[in-house]
Amino acid sequence: MTPAPTLYRGHEGMWMWLVHRATGVAIFFFLLIHVTDTALVRVSPEAYNEVIDSYKTPIYGLIEAGLVAAIILHAFNGLRIIAVDNSTWALRHQRKLAWAVWVIFVVLMAGFLPRHLMHVFGGA
Amino acid sequence: MTAPELSTPRERIRSGRMRRNAERWSWLFMRFSGALLLVLIFTHLFVNLMTGDGVQQIDFAFVAGKWASPLWKVWDLLMLVLAMIHGGNGMRLLINDYAHRPRVRTFLLWLLGIAVVVVIVLGSLVIFTFDPCPLDASGDLLSGVPDFCKDVR
Repeated sequence: MTPAPTLYRGHEGMWMWLVHRATGVAIFFFLLIHVTDTALVRVSPEAYNEVIDSYKTPIYGLIEAGLVAAIILHAFNGLRIIAVDNSTWALRHQRKLAWAVWVIFVVLMAGFLPRHLMHVFGGA
Repeated sequence: MTAPELSTPRERIRSGRMRRNAERWSWLFMRFSGALLLVLIFTHLFVNLMTGDGVQQIDFAFVAGKWASPLWKVWDLLMLVLAMIHGGNGMRLLINDYAHRPRVRTFLLWLLGIAVVVVIVLGSLVIFTFDPCPLDASGDLLSGVPDFCKDVR
């Protein structure tokens, strides 16, 4: 049985809540890995370079693109949350602001993705 | 249409029981660190992935070049500490939301706390003790060090 719709359920706010949690968890676990791989600079230049070289492979290049996407969504949805917490104007327009997050996301990814993919797959 | 009936809500996790204002500080910290992290991380991503050869340029010499400047050391340290506490606090909220069995929750919170402390300590030690020109046993520069090491010696 589908739960009855409410003001919140199934709308922009709920989906952004889910996006915020999912991207937050993904970024957190990447951060644990990222600090650990950077720590290899204290082992030797070779050890660090070897591990970082794997970040330059196509598969990791795509994962990095996903990570940047997650960071952009989390960052600008975070700004939306701050705005909604602090201003009644933002509270009234929180749905429009949710769409604004996606517009900013598309614009920034359009700037980042071609350049990053050229770095990863060659041609730049 | 009748309003959906609410089932009995679960008891709230009283994570603020030790200090009365703990959750208020948590809320405030997430907002301020979040705004600051936006600037810190977007700059980090731009410099490392957009300028020069992007991800291809990143190697030991690149890191050594950046950390030759105190600005980037402070930048990375601030990013490390703020991001780990911000992320750790976010994970704490998720554990409180989804781990209902008290023993599991306690275990996960301890695991999280240890992970956050270990990563902050490890990362800080790396930044503070970083040697851009490490030598091998016979006193020669290791391969992969930045070019400026030859001038320094």
